Amino acid sequence: MPTAAETTIVQARNLQKSFKRDSFEVKALDDVSIDIAEGEFLALMGPSGSGKTTLLNMIAAIDRPTGGELLVMGENIFRLSDQQSAKWRNEKIGYIFQSFNLIPVLTAFENVELPLLLTKLNKQERRDHVLTALKLVGLEDRVHHLPKQLSGGQEQRVAIARAIVTDPQILLADEPTGDLDSHSAAEVLEIMTRLNQDAKKTVVMVTHDPHAAAYAHLTRHLEKGMLLPA
Amino acid sequence: MAIPFSYNLRNLRLRLGATVMTAMGIALTVAIAIFIMALLAGLKAAFVTSGDPLNVLVMRKGSQAELSSSVDRPALQAMKYLPGIARDAHGEPEVSPEMVVVIVLPRRDGTGEVNVTVRGMTPMGIEMRPAIHLASGRWFNPGQREIVVSNSIHQRFGHANLGDTVSFGKGEWTVVGVFDAGHTSSDSEIWTDVNQMATDFDRPVFSSVLLHADSAVAADALAHRVSEDQRLELDGMLESAYYAEQTKSGAPIQFVGTVVAFIMAIGSCFAAMNTMYAAVAYRGREIATLRILGFSRPSILTSFVLESIALSLLGGLAGILLMLPFNGMTTGTSNAVTFSEVVFRLQLTPALLLKAIAFSAIMGLIGGLAPAWQASRRDIVAALRS
Repeated sequence: MPTAAETTIVQARNLQKSFKRDSFEVKALDDVSIDIAEGEFLALMGPSGSGKTTLLNMIAAIDRPTGGELLVMGENIFRLSDQQSAKWRNEKIGYIFQSFNLIPVLTAFENVELPLLLTKLNKQERRDHVLTALKLVGLEDRVHHLPKQLSGGQEQRVAIARAIVTDPQILLADEPTGDLDSHSAAEVLEIMTRLNQDAKKTVVMVTHDPHAAAYAHLTRHLEKGMLLPA
Repeated sequence: MAIPFSYNLRNLRLRLGATVMTAMGIALTVAIAIFIMALLAGLKAAFVTSGDPLNVLVMRKGSQAELSSSVDRPALQAMKYLPGIARDAHGEPEVSPEMVVVIVLPRRDGTGEVNVTVRGMTPMGIEMRPAIHLASGRWFNPGQREIVVSNSIHQRFGHANLGDTVSFGKGEWTVVGVFDAGHTSSDSEIWTDVNQMATDFDRPVFSSVLLHADSAVAADALAHRVSEDQRLELDGMLESAYYAEQTKSGAPIQFVGTVVAFIMAIGSCFAAMNTMYAAVAYRGREIATLRILGFSRPSILTSFVLESIALSLLGGLAGILLMLPFNGMTTGTSNAVTFSEVVFRLQLTPALLLKAIAFSAIMGLIGGLAPAWQASRRDIVAALRS
């Protein structure tokens, strides 16, 4: 039986995030503690403003707590400098956005290649990785298309290819199906399930949608910044 | 590896309207800067290429220009037999007493009248300027009211065709020839016989004397010897040095031009800055995405600065294209030393074009820094929501 330290990929303890709006103090996260096991597919649910995305952004080291501790893959990511956390994100995290966030002037290939430009891979190796990732999401025939030439579902699949092309251990998805029709949403969720089951990626998905959450092994709810008991 | 440059180029193309408008503003600034620099380069070339290194120009002590100088006939005689003076095929010393006056000529295009230098010389004076040759007609005959005009005077002024007459001194002077002086300052002169001029203007003295030395060393020695001779009270200097000194005529152009170009450059920096701020605002989410993918703040900063420089270079190239048709164009300015017009060409040299390119790149750099800094400092979470 492995120890908790070996299987836990994300360990949050008493995470706090508060900010001032006018004269009120708003708590985006209120004493959140959670362990996420390696290989987990976790759905975070809750109403708007409950702190789901804030928690996700903290795991990605793009937002910082005002209190508490967070270890991701054993690393206290808030001790990293700005440059170090950028590098860390590039290597360890794949991030999928609700509105895809592809660079409009770059082709599908170039969008997927972007994170690889920060690695030591040569051009041919980058090409191989990009084509493998695009094939994995079923878009090998859309390599040279610009985002505006793709459907919403295809755009999100390119975004998934971009998120996995560096082979990160954790995939973070913020409402990945929020802008998609049900058919495209199902395709995207199936890809994410496959990545979790076959490629053993740990997936943390923020969603409003119970259908989407049904693909996850585990669903946790947040409300007013607090994590409700499992 | 940094954010690919094609990302920036394609964004410039994507917002074509803003790109073209900004680039045109920069193009005008660069065009003005090129124009000023080309004027100065042409002016400098006109003076620097003037003057034979073996010729020594002698003027009264303290005179800055031939117009305010006088050399009397005994001094001329004393100088004729100084050692180091070259002799022609007939054994005559190569010495030319010269007289300079300024007359007023109407421009051919009717845009007013301009001061023009008339230079009186002996036929020896013509021989001492081998770079200058006759383009049409013939040289003047001594003792006649005959003038030979330079090519540019022939082209730019009225009454300067073969057979035309020009009125100055005590009568009418006939144009008997046109000479080609290349693009030296002689290209702004009218030549005639010095003795006829002395009679017409009732002048017993010359303005200057030109000596031709038999070697470069002798030329230097001659200049020193004339300057140091207490009896003569004259100054000798190399002819090339005299003309180089006259490039100071370009100082007012340089001053006004630099001020105008500087003010326009500030305007262009703001134009580039404005466009780049708009780009940064428009691409907030893209910037946040790049940061999440792992691109650092410095690489975002570099990317946007490069985009601004590319935008500015586009303007710079357009500015160069705007100015290309003016390459080689001839124009004139008033020479502050001789009070007459100097004709010169606008010269777009490779060095000047490189300067123009560097100038536009610097404008892009200055204009792009603040927006790029803002882009790199944006909070990722806030930018994602934009």
